[in-house]
Amino acid sequence: MQEAQAGYVKTSDFMSGLRAGVSIAIGYFPVAVTFGLLSKSSGLTLAETLSMSLIVYAGAAQYIALNLLSLGIGIAEIILATFILNSRHFLMSASIQARSAKEPLWKKLIYAFGITDETFSVASLKSGKITAGFMFGLGGIAYGSWAMSTLLGYLFGASLPDVLKESMGIALYAMFIALLVPPLSKSRKILSLALCGAGFNFLFTYFELLSTGWSLITSALLASIGVEWLYEKRKGRSRA
Amino acid sequence: MSVSIFILIIGMGIATYLPRMLPFWLLKEGGLPPFWMRVLENIPYATLGALIFPGVLYIQENIWVGLVGGVSAVVISLLGANVIVVVLGSIAVLAGLSMYM
Repeated sequence: MQEAQAGYVKTSDFMSGLRAGVSIAIGYFPVAVTFGLLSKSSGLTLAETLSMSLIVYAGAAQYIALNLLSLGIGIAEIILATFILNSRHFLMSASIQARSAKEPLWKKLIYAFGITDETFSVASLKSGKITAGFMFGLGGIAYGSWAMSTLLGYLFGASLPDVLKESMGIALYAMFIALLVPPLSKSRKILSLALCGAGFNFLFTYFELLSTGWSLITSALLASIGVEWLYEKRKGRSRA
Repeated sequence: MSVSIFILIIGMGIATYLPRMLPFWLLKEGGLPPFWMRVLENIPYATLGALIFPGVLYIQENIWVGLVGGVSAVVISLLGANVIVVVLGSIAVLAGLSMYM
């Protein structure tokens, strides 16, 4: 009886993860289709293109790899660039871990593979503990869409109408905005966090002080620590 | 598959997976001092701000396209629509816009 109930809870977590991931799946479509298309035009085979999406599974890094390959940049440098760009996920995984349910490490090591900007955003803005079931659903549908769309892009990308591909470029941003607006309109602290994060990122990238990956990490950290520090200080003063 | 591309893909895979998995391995659930737990809870909102801006302006060469798309998403969200409606709505606005341009 109890086992059946536990099984039920797991399935429903998985299902709610799947549902929460639908907008990611839609948003990944144009990005991965374009990757498939670009990869084909830069001379990679279908197997290489698909392996890239299945093994690396990181949008921006995959684009940059194509770019650097075409410039004749060495493998070690591309791998280093990938690491710099994706080290931002360290912060995201740490934030997920802080809110995750106590579960076996091996499950977390599996769903860790599915941590992207998008799955992180969706998972961390849901209420309650983050479970492996939810992360498997969320990560699964996102990963599936990424792989399928890469394949479709490689095979048929050239024949997709430009209007559709171009207007779908807004999809992931629209999703980020849709996730941020509800909590942001309720809390001034969240509004300050988002504005500071955006402001720092703008400064660092506009004046080319930092590369995209480092800029995102630095902005998120500075905003999170700075705003928390200010709130702490104000709280201390009002108590005194 | 050429050997060098194969090595590249494996290397990129490791370089991407390491930062994704290390925190789960190294950090305990809720095991940090309260100040740093709150900082970690702040990270999603600060990250979302940084992910949206200024990136949204560069979805096409003309930054107005991104601006219109972004503002549409904000308006549709404020109306209380769920995430998928916001995503599809913003795509529709830009698709409509591109037919007039």
